[in-house]
Amino acid sequence: MNNPELIFRTKVRHPLATRLRRAGRVDRRRWQMAVWSAATMAMCGVLSGCITVNAPSKPIVIELNINIKQEVVYRLAADAGKTIQNNKDIF
Amino acid sequence: MLTRMSRMAVASLVCGGALAVLVPAAMADGRDPAYAAARARGEVGEKMDGYLGLSGPGNATLKRLVDDLNLRRKAVYTEHAQAQYATVEDYAFTSGCNLIAATVPGEKYQGPDGVWHERTRAAPLRDARCP
Repeated sequence: MNNPELIFRTKVRHPLATRLRRAGRVDRRRWQMAVWSAATMAMCGVLSGCITVNAPSKPIVIELNINIKQEVVYRLAADAGKTIQNNKDIF
Repeated sequence: MLTRMSRMAVASLVCGGALAVLVPAAMADGRDPAYAAARARGEVGEKMDGYLGLSGPGNATLKRLVDDLNLRRKAVYTEHAQAQYATVEDYAFTSGCNLIAATVPGEKYQGPDGVWHERTRAAPLRDARCP
């Protein structure tokens, strides 16, 4: 007859269960902190999402020569100058 | 006799003067007169990329002129870029630096801001990478 109670008690008093419960208390604090930080991050996300970006009034100039290196330009300058001198009809 | 001699001298001087004026002008740039005129009027300008562009409203004739010259430029750039182990874009851009520097007052050129500028006596506005 007492068998179920006994089983219950033994279950509650089981050292592993106690350990888990104690650990649970610590975990709850951690969990709360995690929830708060997540909420803060979510708010930040929401706020940053609210920033409006206006279209620029000036036309966007696409810089096609952005990948041209200065050292290459310096290397080619003398030869390019000669080429211009030798092809005056097209320059 | 004297008059005849002096006439000849004057004639030769006039001819020589005319040649002295005409020949260097033709030799100096070797440009097609239509191109030279369009350049001087600021209708055609030097772009940053080493090619010509219509700096004014332009017309079909001018556009054809610009396209033709740009094609010939590209052929020259390609040939020399290959010899220099460089890309055509790099070679053309470098040439653009030189060509903008070589513009004379009154001619148009494209500034680093992408806008057409008229060359003044002051140095032209060029890309920071230009030598």
